[in-house]
Amino acid sequence: MTYNNLHIDSLEHLILGKEWMDIDEKVNHKERLSIKDITRLFESKDLTAIGFMANKARERLHQDHAHYIRNQHINYTNICNKGCRFCFFAKNPRQGGPPSYLFTMADIRKALRRNSEVPITEVHMVGGINPRLPYSYYLDLLHTVQEERPGIHIKAFTAVELDEIARVAKQPLDEVLTELKAAGLSSIPGGGAEVLSDRVHSLMHPRKLGPNQWEDVARSVAHAGLPQYATMLYGHIETPLERAEHLVRLRDLQDECGHFLAFTPLAFHPEGSWLSDLPAPTGVDDLRTIAVSRLALDNFEHIKSFWIMNTAQVSQIALWYGADDIDGTIQEYEITYPEGEIGNKKQILTRNQLLQMIQEAGRTPVERDSLYRHVEQSLPDSFEYIKESGQ
Amino acid sequence: MNPQNISDIVQKVFTGERLSCEDGMRLFIHHSLPELAFMANHVRQRLNPGRVVSYVVGRNINYTNICWVRCKFCAFYRIPGSEEGYVLPTEEIMEKVRQMTDLGGIEILMQGGLNPRLKIEWYEDLFRTIKHEFGARGVILHSLSPAEVIYIAKISRLSLEECLKRLAAAGLDSLPGGGAEILTDRVREAISPYKDTAEEWLNCMRLAHHTGIRSTVTMMYGSVDTLEDRMDHLLKARALQDETGGFTAFIPWSFQPVGTKLSGNAASAFDYLRTVAVSRLMLDNIAHIQASWVTQGPRIAQIALAYGLDDFGSTMMEENVVSSAGCAFTMPINEIERLITAAGYQPIRRTTAYKLLS
Repeated sequence: MTYNNLHIDSLEHLILGKEWMDIDEKVNHKERLSIKDITRLFESKDLTAIGFMANKARERLHQDHAHYIRNQHINYTNICNKGCRFCFFAKNPRQGGPPSYLFTMADIRKALRRNSEVPITEVHMVGGINPRLPYSYYLDLLHTVQEERPGIHIKAFTAVELDEIARVAKQPLDEVLTELKAAGLSSIPGGGAEVLSDRVHSLMHPRKLGPNQWEDVARSVAHAGLPQYATMLYGHIETPLERAEHLVRLRDLQDECGHFLAFTPLAFHPEGSWLSDLPAPTGVDDLRTIAVSRLALDNFEHIKSFWIMNTAQVSQIALWYGADDIDGTIQEYEITYPEGEIGNKKQILTRNQLLQMIQEAGRTPVERDSLYRHVEQSLPDSFEYIKESGQ
Repeated sequence: MNPQNISDIVQKVFTGERLSCEDGMRLFIHHSLPELAFMANHVRQRLNPGRVVSYVVGRNINYTNICWVRCKFCAFYRIPGSEEGYVLPTEEIMEKVRQMTDLGGIEILMQGGLNPRLKIEWYEDLFRTIKHEFGARGVILHSLSPAEVIYIAKISRLSLEECLKRLAAAGLDSLPGGGAEILTDRVREAISPYKDTAEEWLNCMRLAHHTGIRSTVTMMYGSVDTLEDRMDHLLKARALQDETGGFTAFIPWSFQPVGTKLSGNAASAFDYLRTVAVSRLMLDNIAHIQASWVTQGPRIAQIALAYGLDDFGSTMMEENVVSSAGCAFTMPINEIERLITAAGYQPIRRTTAYKLLS
């Protein structure tokens, strides 16, 4: 190849080369990628070309915006009967492991009051499947949050919890969803899908909803008029093809229902789980997964890099590999690692740090609410814009 | 977004033309990471074609923490007379070398404070003893940064040249490029006012290279430096390399503020990746760029393999982790190899002089 008379757009040609011309063509013409295309992307080591294409798709949708939200996570119980093999958080009272807990309504109030000064726009509430909890407990959770933070967006109860709530309520899911919505439920988090594959389901989380049931719950959620988020737990036993199939199933479901707001790939953390012998996903895999998700999910508006799972460092870089959102700033997130467990993994990022991280990477921070509407933001007094010269 | 047009720089990169200071400054503020990665990787492929990522099995030995220099970014030193000061006895150093060779390691990175009680004879005796016992097992002494060499010469009343010759005769193979920090006197005045000047550091490396001792060169960025300071540093390293050809590798790493007298946040992952890429693009005459996974963590160090890095550095066995037998040592090797492999490269061990061992 000769490199004479290059123009700026030929840097793009050099990066993509012959190998990626077909996929790039599809990306440029907003054509849908096939399962084969997506699998090929997942199997490739060409992080730069994949990142470049994903960034094009990302900038077409969101320019240089990087979304973040001020929210609070509450994990109301860690007691769970599902025994998923990738989980460190769940506590079955008959087994060893971290001590079990169940939040009372007073605990919920206390947790919310700890951050009462912060203008959060969302409370994100999920927990284990604790079969002793009555239907009223879940309704009380919603009522309590509404009392403490009137009008706030409550993102709560994954498909797995919804299935359990309908069981203890002894009512059809559609009815339960209507009642939960009336009690203040505003959207459904994406957890519990893991990888939508019968093989992975039977090996990793057989006691939980299967892929088809998960999709059925999502349909009910859409029918109830609630928006939902979608995720994929990656980096354990799933194959590149299974990842691709997962994304395509979500894409089909979005075509059908149109109620998904964002997609978040979640990095598997082996430490302390039943699968602690497996290595953790690497930084390259984190970025590649975000990039491929952006390319594959053409009908999803937002791709989120959840910094708690893949580190703040990787999330900053992900803003150039397809992600347009890096989630929130208030941390009471215990599912990956409870405080003090597995070394000293402090999961705190202040708003200032988050803003600096975004700015430094050449992106414009945009505060959003749960529905991705822009929130009028006043930057903190102590926040200084980073000068181009470095310091 | 990048309204900036860099097609002239792209042209230079792909025709092998040297980049100017101004080119480098424009790249520093060219935010598009995949584009920086691609250009940097092109230079990496020109200098080190293929998919090999090398690393060396070695260990750190911090032979003394006594130091009078009081650098503001340092959390390690104790001033002379401090109760927490130490000098490792020869037997203990020998034991550490033995632990390393037992695990197949070859590179000894011995660095310490500027301790007024340790004159050249102490180092000559130590190096001879190590080489006598372990030379046949291939042990390489990649030890003493310029600040130490300059200080040893001074307190031993030797010229720098003579000091280097005697250390080399006693077994010193190679100098680590530590203490370069940022090679501008403005920055050095601010963070390490009592240490060697930029010119003294460079001159020590010049003399070492002339004596036949090769070295690495580091850059500690992210303290009080501006991007102009970093560029100045890169240009000085490039100019000396044109003159001597003695640098084997460049190692950028970020200032770690915890426990030091300088405040501020650690530089970000974004800053690391662009700094690696710009370094690779500017330093067209230094063969290798080493990762600093100790400061960046494994996830970012691995990602940086796409930004021009071709070497994962040393396994850095530390004295405080050694006690738990071989475990703490061999696990990082497995992990280093796994990270390299998972990124699509082939991990190969090397010597300090970058000879691949397979």
